[in-house]
Amino acid sequence: MATGHEIRGMGHSVPRKEDQRFLRGKGNYVDDISLPGMLHLELLRSPYAHARIVSIDATEAEALPGVVAVITGEALAAHNLAWMPTLSGDTQAVLATDKVRFQGQEVAAVVAESAYIAKDALQLIDVDYEILTAVSTPQQALAEGAPLIRDDKEGQDSNHIYHWEAGDREATERAFAEADRVVSLDTFYPRCHPSPLETCGCLADVNPATGKTTIYMTSQAPHAHRTLFAIVTGLPEHQIRIVSPDIGGGFGNKVPIYPGYVCATAASLLIGRPVKWIDDRTGNLISTGFARDFHMHGELALQGDRMTGLKVKLLSDNGAFFADAQPTKFKAGLFHIVTGSYDIPTAHVEGDGAYTNKAPGGVAYRCSFRVTEASYMIERLVQNAAYDMGIDPSELRLKNFIQPEQFPYESATGFVYDSGDYPGALKVALDRLGYDDLRQEQLEARAGGRLIGIGLACFTEVVGAGPGKEYQIAGLRMFDSAELRVHPTGKAILKLGVKSQGQGHETTFAQIIAQELGIPYEDVEVQEGDTDNTPYGLGTYASRSTPVAGAAAAMISRELREKARTIAAHLLEAAESDLEWETGRFFVKGSPDQAVTIQDIAFAAYTNIPDGLQAGLEGVHYYDPPNMTFPFGSYAVVVEIDRGTGAWKVLRMVAVDDCGTRINPMIVEGQIMGGLTEGYGIAAMQLITFDDDGNCIGSTFMDYLLPTAWETPVFEIDQTVTPSPHHPLGAKGVGESATVGSPAAYVNAVIDALAHAGVRNIDMPLTSDRVWAALNEVGLAE
Amino acid sequence: MAIEAPVVTRTITVTVNGKARTAEVENRLLLVHFLRETLALTGTHIGCDTTSCGACTVLLDGVPVKSCTAFAVQADGMSIRTVEGLLGDAGLHPIQQGFHEEHGLQCGFCTPGMMLTAVALLEENPDPSDEEIRWAISGNVCRCTGYQNIVKAVHNAAARMREGS
Repeated sequence: MATGHEIRGMGHSVPRKEDQRFLRGKGNYVDDISLPGMLHLELLRSPYAHARIVSIDATEAEALPGVVAVITGEALAAHNLAWMPTLSGDTQAVLATDKVRFQGQEVAAVVAESAYIAKDALQLIDVDYEILTAVSTPQQALAEGAPLIRDDKEGQDSNHIYHWEAGDREATERAFAEADRVVSLDTFYPRCHPSPLETCGCLADVNPATGKTTIYMTSQAPHAHRTLFAIVTGLPEHQIRIVSPDIGGGFGNKVPIYPGYVCATAASLLIGRPVKWIDDRTGNLISTGFARDFHMHGELALQGDRMTGLKVKLLSDNGAFFADAQPTKFKAGLFHIVTGSYDIPTAHVEGDGAYTNKAPGGVAYRCSFRVTEASYMIERLVQNAAYDMGIDPSELRLKNFIQPEQFPYESATGFVYDSGDYPGALKVALDRLGYDDLRQEQLEARAGGRLIGIGLACFTEVVGAGPGKEYQIAGLRMFDSAELRVHPTGKAILKLGVKSQGQGHETTFAQIIAQELGIPYEDVEVQEGDTDNTPYGLGTYASRSTPVAGAAAAMISRELREKARTIAAHLLEAAESDLEWETGRFFVKGSPDQAVTIQDIAFAAYTNIPDGLQAGLEGVHYYDPPNMTFPFGSYAVVVEIDRGTGAWKVLRMVAVDDCGTRINPMIVEGQIMGGLTEGYGIAAMQLITFDDDGNCIGSTFMDYLLPTAWETPVFEIDQTVTPSPHHPLGAKGVGESATVGSPAAYVNAVIDALAHAGVRNIDMPLTSDRVWAALNEVGLAE
Repeated sequence: MAIEAPVVTRTITVTVNGKARTAEVENRLLLVHFLRETLALTGTHIGCDTTSCGACTVLLDGVPVKSCTAFAVQADGMSIRTVEGLLGDAGLHPIQQGFHEEHGLQCGFCTPGMMLTAVALLEENPDPSDEEIRWAISGNVCRCTGYQNIVKAVHNAAARMREGS
């Protein structure tokens, strides 16, 4: 039910509450926090990708005035802190003791009175390295005789990390044996970096008198980080307080625990003063959570125009430490969503991972882990299959979509899709684009020597982990929480276990409470990020805030509404069963004037409680979702390629998203446009690459390119709404849909311009030189 | 061999958001650190260290400058406007209102620099086209919004400022 303007519950495009401080320059990001006596920590990073540490001499650095301490791996080893566990059950060096295993690896830390002095001191540390052969690709890593990267691990005699499979191999092989057409694609989803504008950092403050450890930290998951800190450091968990203040973008980059956090905390503990570490951009780019780096081979089997089988082989480059941020038991993440929006009866996926001399910490860059790669693979394969068959890519999709009446739909790899209307979303996109006319224009343009391409992507995501019995990170079940406190005057505070990094939780979650309890959204304050002050939760990533914490907020509102009913009955001297709820009040059935408002009830909860009922109107709900949610959409991109340079320009970009019920449509569209831009960046320019010696190319924003306003396309946004049947609000989550779905649409558009000449693949990013090389190969270059 | 470079300082006077501020600073102190740490104006952010992202943009004598790649001493005698100086007696500056109404910000980290660049544009060009806005802010990276709402926000502010003038 829609709420009025004074309540502004779900469905209202309310301007955001959090804007007020950001607009005034009064945000409170980690680097904005200073404490008395605060010291600064800077990290010395390895210049080499693979080298043995012969010696570290810090004498001169320690002698520099203003330097308080130089910390090495040996010093940490004395406290059992030289290594830490990763999110994937591996180990990672905090400060290197034996070898450095990637360029940029943390070797030593300087703590000084100022960051300038600390940086000066880094230059004075003398490290003697014995350079070893670097391994910069997973193919090299798994080749016979490759240098062993993880010689620190007992029993690890190769660079192989994992083998993982999903689906039914035999059934899939049978489908391929019976197929009359097989379409295949080899493609590399390159390494990129989420690059939130704020780098990672922390301010650690161990109180020497009480032992209380407060860490202000760029964390997407403060509660999980507290637990991991307790395990790593051995500090009692109740004495650790993680505060994640305003966060300048996360996109997955702020999910892992980094050596800098551990060093700053250890330094504060040892020195007894607050220690701040703020990474510089180069450190952020070369050492923190990268994304993708996935070599993929896919094959699609068809009988006539029906897709009958799909098999995919994967090789992941995990860097020097297996630190992927993934649900524990899924070694290749949720890649097995690869059947996408299509009713493909058989599928099999197998993946292997390899150590290389590259940065660790594969993160889900604005997606559920590996869903972006999966979506890319199927959408590229389907588009190519249509070219091989000589039919329109939209037609092949429409013929093979899972139909609306097939939901709940169990995929060949075992996901149970909650709801969807894939033909509906595609039709909206095609109509909006004027698809048929555009196809005609494309032909005419081609006849005139111009290369226009139209690319589609009809993605299905899987987001909102748990259920906890299936999805865990480092053993922690993926539920989430909401605690609601309605005060006597009817104002409320909502405390969450998730943490916004720009998504607008302070507004969206207030609207959920407004919807459910009729308390105006202005009267609800949302608090998150402080582990001393919020219920335990797994954090914000994988589009899980609305699907999980949003559900928790709705559920606790409903629980409090039931208590409110008891109080209302007492106030109205009526039976509970005679009361009816409408937004913000209970009234006696048939007598709408006999009513009490939620504010009246809140006051009574503290002043006039019926006998036998506990005082107060507060509660907490831990929500373990019964299933994931499956947002979907159809994206359509039109490009024109310059035959002289290979440069391509987006002429149109239509995005139709279905994320179920929309709580704040303005915020939803903001999320989508941001994701479409990051998808464009990944398709067009964002590349972290390495030379043969393992040197990182892409270590500043001068080399690692991000889309600016100039080249970012104009977006045409549209929607369909198919609520999730198992979510209390029908919402599915939307923060990542566009990053997941859009790269394939951009690439398909470029390929579409060249498909008539036989081009079927160009690996991302589609830089001008790569496109020009493809043009040249098929004789289309000018 | 230990390097003990002597600390070289200089006294500078700058007008920051209308107020004269004098301080003795190290010659090598970056303008952004002078603003954030010496003057505690933390609304100016640091995003990249290489003049690429524009999070640290301030107006130096009215011109957008990336304060992560300027020394504080270079600003001696000049006037600086930071995000903290946008607020007027009448409340939010039109550019702040525009960003709020059009949802031109998400995480807020690029917002101060983005707004200051836009203010400089609007002082030169009170009615810019989409293309002129996109070109003007192309030295300021936003990772959250996709820019479309920022373009709308600048139009919103432009209309407000034209009405007000």
